[in-house]
Amino acid sequence: MTNKTSRRAFLRGAAAVGAGAATVGAAAAQTPDPLITKVQPWASELGDGVDAVRYGLPIEFEGDVVRRNVEWLTADTISSINFTPIHALDGTITPQGCAFERHHSGAIELRKEDYRLMINGLVDRPLVFTYADLERFPRENHVYFCECAANTGMEWAGAQLNGAQFTHGMIHNMEYTGVSLRTLLEEAGLDTAGDLSAKWVFVEGADASSNGRSIPMDKALDDVLVAFKANGEALRKEHGYPVRLVVPGWEGNMWIKWIRRIEVMDGPVESREETSKYTDTLADGVSRKWTWAMDAKSVVTSPSPQSPIKHGKGPLVITGLAWTGNGAITRVDVSKDGGKTWETARLAKPGEKMAMTRFYLDTDWDGSEMLLQSRAMDDTGYVQPTKAQLREVRGLNSIYHNNCIQTWLVRENGEAENVEVS
Amino acid sequence: TPVLAEKFGLGRVALPEEIAAWDQEVRPDGTGLPVGSGDAIDGEEIFADKCASCHGDFAEGIDNWPKLAGGADTLDHEDPLKTVGSYWPYLSTTFDYVKRSMPFGAAGTLTDDEVYAITAYILYSNDMIEDDFVLSNETFFDVDMPNAAGFIVDDRATTEYPQWSGEPCMENCKTDVKITMRALVLDVTPNQTAAEPAAEAKV
Repeated sequence: MTNKTSRRAFLRGAAAVGAGAATVGAAAAQTPDPLITKVQPWASELGDGVDAVRYGLPIEFEGDVVRRNVEWLTADTISSINFTPIHALDGTITPQGCAFERHHSGAIELRKEDYRLMINGLVDRPLVFTYADLERFPRENHVYFCECAANTGMEWAGAQLNGAQFTHGMIHNMEYTGVSLRTLLEEAGLDTAGDLSAKWVFVEGADASSNGRSIPMDKALDDVLVAFKANGEALRKEHGYPVRLVVPGWEGNMWIKWIRRIEVMDGPVESREETSKYTDTLADGVSRKWTWAMDAKSVVTSPSPQSPIKHGKGPLVITGLAWTGNGAITRVDVSKDGGKTWETARLAKPGEKMAMTRFYLDTDWDGSEMLLQSRAMDDTGYVQPTKAQLREVRGLNSIYHNNCIQTWLVRENGEAENVEVS
Repeated sequence: TPVLAEKFGLGRVALPEEIAAWDQEVRPDGTGLPVGSGDAIDGEEIFADKCASCHGDFAEGIDNWPKLAGGADTLDHEDPLKTVGSYWPYLSTTFDYVKRSMPFGAAGTLTDDEVYAITAYILYSNDMIEDDFVLSNETFFDVDMPNAAGFIVDDRATTEYPQWSGEPCMENCKTDVKITMRALVLDVTPNQTAAEPAAEAKV
């Protein structure tokens, strides 16, 4: 630790003492706050020049706002998952640098110059595009969430992981720029395919896992994007640089990264990722396949186990995220008593289709224990179910698509824990 | 609806060699299967050399690596074991996935005959074929997949959405609320920094 940091730490300590004296409402301070009365180094000395950092990272004090891995979940870190720190974020746009990753054979490095996209199968002319070709098609911009089908999957059997990052962090929400898949398919020509209602596209990545998935043609021609920018800049390597598929509202596995080939077909491939994986086993042993849409879901991100209440009683902002793959969020209710009574939260903005919505409940906390829950509703009228309701239909073994209501126990000391309630 | 094709004249026509190089997938009806063959005896040797370090000598899986064999009739159990034998509906998927994506870290290095032999060994390990059965593009559909009928198309629109729609309860929704399960009892969350609540709350 440098001297400078130690001195700052000392001053922060002094400030904490000052603040401690003023915990009861807006009571008068007993002693003047040296952060105000003393000239601080940052108010006197010089900061960094504009040439110090050509592409910046967050300030060091935000060092805990990072992706995290849970070692025991997978056999290794290559075909694995990490988690977005949603407990520490606000608004809806996920910073790309801490947006979760899910790979099946690692994050590959693919230069734009080496990039090729093929369209083949039941098309009039099979085509090969370079990256430069893709940038010459008309572009669209849309904000969408990408949620892993397995998000919250570890929680089927009970309350396991202690933090919203771990229970709900296989998700990110970005503004994408790209070309509609429809435009590319029409460039290859679909007359050969005939009746499109029964046709499919099979999409695969350039990585070793390939991650091939079958998508019905009506979705392919509706809102699927072949994206090359996210949140204004090129995709990150780990998110599919230079080009990925964006499949609004549908499970993250279908958002093929490093996309290299799109084949128009007269049926689904039934690839590994839609038979062995991403199929949902019910209690009787029969499994659902093609469970593409991610249903309405929400979670309180703060307070939560990684974001405890540290300020004592009084004004408290309860906040969280809601999303639905079936349309737009219309309402989020919050309960402080484990679902006995509900209050309707305030949406920061009207819900947008297949994008994250931020909600707030501005409340006055009396310091008593809470069982915090949130319950999302979407414009189809669907209401986010409890885990008990989900289990009643599906049993315990479906692994994917757990969109249950989450409960945080918030204790009198402000600490929070992941629990299940009756 | 007819597709209005506005052409931009971008891209170029893919050559047959290029399509052949990338269009490798094998479909449930056998489309895409290359000519070739292999049996479980050859497969055992290849498997021992290229697969067993993760998947075990008998395809039973090592540590957290996937188990490829076993689990027959466990799908309705509390902890089902899902393998090629107990779960996978189509044999085409096994051939396709092994050929394109295995071995992990050296994908695409197996010959077609090797993939047939490995697939045969996985079937043998699942007691689905005799050891003298030669798997080939000709005999591919002589193998019955036990869980072929075990899948239904997403039915949430009828089994879930109607009952979870409409105006929800706002007041007096429950009389009693009890905590039935706690994550801190399991204590499987990774430790973060000492100052963070996951570590602090663990008393």
